[in-house]
Amino acid sequence: MIWTNAVIQGLLLGGLYAIFACGLSLMFGVMRLVNLAHGDLGVLGAYFAIILVEHLGGNPLWTFAAVIPVAAIVGYLLQRFLLDHALNGGELSPILVTFGLSIIIENLLQQTFGANDQSLDIGALSYQSWKITSDIYVGRLNVIIFVIAVAVIVALQLFLSRSRAGRALRATADNRRAAALSGIDPKRTRALATSIALATVAIGGLFLAMRSSFAPTSGSADLLFAFEAVIIGGLGNLWGTLVGGLVLGVAQTVGRQINPADGILIGDLVFLAVLAFRPQGLIASRAVAAR
Amino acid sequence: MSVFVSEERRDVVVTRGTFGSRLALGVALAVVVALIFAPAVAGDSATNNLTRFLILLIMAIGWNLVAGYGGMVSIGHQAFIGFASYAVLDLSIHGILAWYAVPLAILLSGVISIPVSWLAFRLRGGYFAIGTWVIAQVFQLVIAQQSNLGGGAGASLNDLNNLNPINRDNITYWLALGLTVIALGVTGLLLRSRVGMALVAVRDEEFSAAATGVNVVRTKRLVFVLSAAICGGAGALLCLSNLEVQPNSAFSIQYSAFMIFMVLVGGIGSFEGPIIGAIIFFILQQSLASYGAWYLVILGGFAIIITLWLPRGIWGALDPGHRRSLVPLRHHVDFDEIE
Repeated sequence: MIWTNAVIQGLLLGGLYAIFACGLSLMFGVMRLVNLAHGDLGVLGAYFAIILVEHLGGNPLWTFAAVIPVAAIVGYLLQRFLLDHALNGGELSPILVTFGLSIIIENLLQQTFGANDQSLDIGALSYQSWKITSDIYVGRLNVIIFVIAVAVIVALQLFLSRSRAGRALRATADNRRAAALSGIDPKRTRALATSIALATVAIGGLFLAMRSSFAPTSGSADLLFAFEAVIIGGLGNLWGTLVGGLVLGVAQTVGRQINPADGILIGDLVFLAVLAFRPQGLIASRAVAAR
Repeated sequence: MSVFVSEERRDVVVTRGTFGSRLALGVALAVVVALIFAPAVAGDSATNNLTRFLILLIMAIGWNLVAGYGGMVSIGHQAFIGFASYAVLDLSIHGILAWYAVPLAILLSGVISIPVSWLAFRLRGGYFAIGTWVIAQVFQLVIAQQSNLGGGAGASLNDLNNLNPINRDNITYWLALGLTVIALGVTGLLLRSRVGMALVAVRDEEFSAAATGVNVVRTKRLVFVLSAAICGGAGALLCLSNLEVQPNSAFSIQYSAFMIFMVLVGGIGSFEGPIIGAIIFFILQQSLASYGAWYLVILGGFAIIITLWLPRGIWGALDPGHRRSLVPLRHHVDFDEIE
């Protein structure tokens, strides 16, 4: 029974990883850019929420309404004023620029808020749970996070497959030059991708802050989990990213059940096993080979 | 960087090196000789500072090799730094004197980097970068569970306790100096060899290099292993210099930040770059250490600014046409020699 419980809790945790991962995956798909500051930007959103609650009060749940649009705007500006330049600078430059950004964000947060763990207290919701069987309880918040994670990914998938802007994103991902030739503005498309990525990672950052605790350096851990989810699931495929997040969540939770200190390590090992034996990911996309 | 060779440069090739490079070699030899005798004049704390500087320089040389010449941005080379630190500790627990453990640790770092490359090479670009980071995390998590190595709290290196501290520090310093010279020498010789030319070709355009018969994967793996061994050397020296090892600091991502900063500032993909970068970083570190996290904010800011506006670093700005190279590496770009 403890194993069933571990798997259920792992699936719920995996939803959170999938939220973190989908933006990373989207940006990579559209512009072949891996944003090493991705996790830090989510954590930045969580600190923004802390400030908002400190000054304006109320249940932190309302901060979603403020943090998500701000994150989207920050994403737009980030793309226009930093990442677009980095993309022009050759292959290494986006990696180095986003790593520099990650160092700046983590240490600025550390300098401003200290290294201590923080969390967003959302009251009763954080400890209420539903009883499944006599042994298995699921936290209400965790279930809500999971449902929203799936909803975000479904919405993103629908947006990509049905809307005009989504078509532009997919076209740019497939072939940037051909997309530009058929009248898609590459700058706008890239900025849109980064806006969406930052909005989703901000959702992830807030949920992380409500569900457990976070610190200035949490962003690196979140980046690694998001990345593992993307690779486990398979590049270029949002369903894969969701599956990758769930697999990683289950691996970590089951690992923690085996030995409390081993959760992250078991997750890493599952990632390395996928890399070794199925580098295209569990759900291989038709269009994109692992590269 | 292109592999275009002007006629003028071919003359340089024929005369093997330039006046500048011969002068530089002479100066370098004089500097090394002076550094050998430095502990006699410098006193213990200055010697320890020099050791720390040389360790940083060795890291920069290793990272420049993998990123600047290999085109692979690794942010997981702290795996090899920490691994070698722990290798020295482990070997000394098993009765091998710490000095002799250093070359073994370097060798082991090179060996362990081969299976690492099998996994990491499945990823490219930014995903390669995060992939190496995950692998470094795995190294840390596994080693932190070895109770004979002190687990998460780490352990002290007790092997050298009965030595006179000044003698001990001096020997560590000479080891660091020796390893620096070896790392520079190996890098220089590698780049002068055919492999070096293949390497630059792979970095500049992988598909064209493959089309001209370069074994791309083998060339990249060679440079990855070599850089892992060099960073392992820095890690082994860190163990001797700190006399203790602790998983969080031995595998710290900060080492990657330091290496990236030094190499970018000095000039990525140039032989001289890491040396200039290490000197600047060491001075910055000494003067900004009291500012805590701010100094890392500044490092990150510089990394961005230099990447965007000075992509070839300080050395690139001093030597825009590759004419002043202090090391005669470039004469390799001579197509007659291949035949």
